[in-house]
Amino acid sequence: MVSDKDVEHIAQLADIGITKDDLREFTVQFNAILDYFDILDGVTGEEQGEDSLCNVLREDDGTPSLPQEDVLGNAGSTEDGFIRAPRVM
Amino acid sequence: MKTIIGLEIHCQLTTATKLFCGCSTDYQNDPPNTHVCPVCLGLPGTMPSINRRAVEYALRVAKALHLEVPEVSEFARKNYFYPDLPKGYQITQYDKPLAVNGYFEIEDDGGAERKIRLTRIHLEEDPGRLVHKGGGDRPKYSLVDYNRSGIPLIEIVTEPDLRSPKEARRFINRLRTILEYLGVFDGEREGGLRIDANISIEGSDRVEIKNISSYKGVEKALTFEITRQKNLIRRGLKVVRETRHFQEARGITTSSRGKEEEHDYRYFPEPDLSPLMVHGWLEGIDLPELPTARRDRFMRDYGISLNHARTLTGAIRLADFYERVARELEPVFAATWVADTLLGEVNYRGMDISEVRPEPFIDLIRMVAEGAVTDRSAVDVLRIMLDQCMEGRICEAPSEIITRLNLGKTVGDDYAEIIREVISANPQAVEDLGSGRKEALNFLVGQVMKATRGRADPLELGRLIMDLLKEEGV
Ligand SMILES: [Zn+2]
Repeated sequence: MVSDKDVEHIAQLADIGITKDDLREFTVQFNAILDYFDILDGVTGEEQGEDSLCNVLREDDGTPSLPQEDVLGNAGSTEDGFIRAPRVM
Repeated sequence: MKTIIGLEIHCQLTTATKLFCGCSTDYQNDPPNTHVCPVCLGLPGTMPSINRRAVEYALRVAKALHLEVPEVSEFARKNYFYPDLPKGYQITQYDKPLAVNGYFEIEDDGGAERKIRLTRIHLEEDPGRLVHKGGGDRPKYSLVDYNRSGIPLIEIVTEPDLRSPKEARRFINRLRTILEYLGVFDGEREGGLRIDANISIEGSDRVEIKNISSYKGVEKALTFEITRQKNLIRRGLKVVRETRHFQEARGITTSSRGKEEEHDYRYFPEPDLSPLMVHGWLEGIDLPELPTARRDRFMRDYGISLNHARTLTGAIRLADFYERVARELEPVFAATWVADTLLGEVNYRGMDISEVRPEPFIDLIRMVAEGAVTDRSAVDVLRIMLDQCMEGRICEAPSEIITRLNLGKTVGDDYAEIIREVISANPQAVEDLGSGRKEALNFLVGQVMKATRGRADPLELGRLIMDLLKEEGV
């Protein structure tokens, strides 16, 4: 069972602000989702996946990167080709 | 008080493209944010795909360091918010790493070989690079470059088996050598290797030092930290279990208490990537000749000493350089010049052997072998060559330098005049020599050498002096 406190903690880790009402609703939803997983846990089957579903790899071949102006296009603030971020240390 | 050290070493692999996308890894000389695409920017709807060569490289390391490769390994998301991660998580490996339980031998402080156990090796993506702007310890803001974001890294984790900062440094140096021999790592690449260290004094809590990014930094950071911890214990205080950052420029570690300690990474299996089942690949991996094998071969094939062989195989570029020289010249003679003279001059200048072109060096040493120039003059010429090369000036050929500075070995008559002057200026020495005092000859040779700026061969000078004295009936 997930408690209001767990959801609050997760919201904090996810850097999301939530209201008291949301908190209640999210806790209910969290528990409903986890109940589905309990059902899935009850399914018996292959422990490991099919071999054919493993080792999906690509060769070490290059593909074009984006032009710098496109990369910076979504950034709120830039400086000399860098993305400017608030102080983090 | 016993010191207990464990290391986590992150090494960039030298693949052509990133771990999960086709962006080029060759970004070192390019402007920021020019080697990024929707995948490594973590834009919605994009899917990572695993670079086969990165997996092969990591397995090569695993095999060389005697690790086991489990049947199945898996990527995981490590969630945290920091601007170096565009996605809000890093793709790494958590409870199912690529390889586990290996070991690596180093020389301990007493010179004996000792096994350092390796816990695991896993693959992960490098985060972006941050440049903190404005005001030392309290930057005003940060600049983010995602060119590095997604470069394949291997993280090598050791058991807490290291006992001193010197040992840790030797470990890192030898690891670097092996990784370069394996052809998966470039030690000259800036920021290619980063280290976190766990360190404790026996009986006290453990401290993690992050952000060590140079070979010398390891020893410096650990030495500082041991002194700090021992001082605390001596004063009856407790070592706090915490994460500290190494400030390279100041040579100290500082506490980074606070938020970082509360990390809860909420690891979970990466849903966008299939598991790896690569246990069977190990057998097909052919390891290249590693440093110890090459050292033994050098001794066997070239007849050089253990010391020279060890020095010359200490870095793959140096070993390649030596072999190039040894193909052209007598190998023992070549070893002396490369290991003793050239390497010393190169290190003194803070250069790397890869900056030295073998051909002019071979030309110079050949002239020494042929007796066209003395050892001493050759060292002078070598210094000039290295200085020119380091300053990016046009490099003169050794023969040009010798001619320009008139350093060619002159013989016979050229010296007769100088020797006569020295003899007449030092009658006492001549008399001593006549009465059988050999050291007087050394003195006279020294005087002539001085007058000829060391161009002459001292043995030959001695002979010339004796001949001349005989002629004059002394
Ligand atoms: Zn990319």
